[in-house]
Amino acid sequence: MEQFKLRIITPDRVFYEGDAEMVEFNTTEGEIGILPGHIPMTVIVKPGILTITEKEDSKEAALHAGFAEILPEGVTILAEIIEWPGEIDEARAEAAKRRAEERIRENTPETDMARAEAALLRAIARINVLK
Amino acid sequence: MASMRDIKRRKGSIQSTQQITKAMKLVSTVKLQRARQNAERSRDYFTGMYETVTSILAKTAGMRHPYLDGSASGKKAVVVMTSNRGLAGGYNSNVVKLVTRGGFSKEETVIYAVGKKGRDALARAGYEIAADLSEIAEEPAYPDAMRLSGDLLDAFAKGEIGEIYMAYTKFKNTVSHVPTLLKLLPVEVPEGREEQAAESSAPMNFEMEDEEALNLLIPKYVTSLIYGGLVEAAASENGARMQAMDSATGNAEEMISKLSLQYNRARQSSITQELTEIIAGANAIT
Repeated sequence: MEQFKLRIITPDRVFYEGDAEMVEFNTTEGEIGILPGHIPMTVIVKPGILTITEKEDSKEAALHAGFAEILPEGVTILAEIIEWPGEIDEARAEAAKRRAEERIRENTPETDMARAEAALLRAIARINVLK
Repeated sequence: MASMRDIKRRKGSIQSTQQITKAMKLVSTVKLQRARQNAERSRDYFTGMYETVTSILAKTAGMRHPYLDGSASGKKAVVVMTSNRGLAGGYNSNVVKLVTRGGFSKEETVIYAVGKKGRDALARAGYEIAADLSEIAEEPAYPDAMRLSGDLLDAFAKGEIGEIYMAYTKFKNTVSHVPTLLKLLPVEVPEGREEQAAESSAPMNFEMEDEEALNLLIPKYVTSLIYGGLVEAAASENGARMQAMDSATGNAEEMISKLSLQYNRARQSSITQELTEIIAGANAIT
């Protein structure tokens, strides 16, 4: 199958660089899967699982924030926060999920709903990628 | 002429100072290497960010948006990045001067301080310190930059501040660091970007509305600028300290050699004097 260049860059490292057959992740407009030869597009990332399908195997990571620049010959993801499953602390993610759920349930006037929801989405993405 | 004992004591104290400056130079050399790697690693990300933002700005030319036009408030916020410790030559005072001589009036400016030296100097000069994040100056991490830019953008959205600047030291190479004042918001249109955008082969399509794209992208852009500023400032700090300590060590060396010369002369003249006295005494007896 045809392949394209995938580069995932974070502010402090090059997270992934290689050839991929498909990459899937969550955006503000819904989940998308990108194959080679995609029309040029820029999308904003929403917390979720990033799946890279390579020739032989596939990799998963928890992608939380950033945006992606899609061109026919390659995809560049500028990720503010991204983690391999091995870098995630499951107990911490569970605790963060409970905290966020509680904040949303209580919904006091001083609760920053957008922030709590974002925290919940991040925690869920972390837990899902471990499964 | 000073006595031999005085000269010897002076030389000893300069020698121990030199040992300290030498050690500090070595420490900052090691720290510089690490900070420089950090700065270089963040450059890829920053370039990608810059290109995307320029292309969306080219596309939305003429659009009205608070991030592009500024808000009604006349207040200016300045993020001042200095070091927490001194002995870095002119590093801190150069950054502080950017603010004090940059046309920022004390009444209309609030300071977001990163680094104790800049915070103290500006507080003394009478500026209002809105936030102090000195603890992140030495080893900046991306979440720190996100927190700072979040605070700034909140204040901007509420209309508390109308313009955001960043005063930091740009790291060109090991020996050249340039104090720089950069405007973060409203976003400035870089010179000649229209032509650039026209040249770029791939037209950008955004899946969402232009305005929404700006809302989402500009905060990320500001965060990346702040992070870039933080890592460059950290690299510059260590570079400046390395240079300062290097020249201090050199100066100490020079003083020691001058004092050695003086000491030897004093020793010589005291021997000559003693000899003259002995000979004079012997002559008197015979």
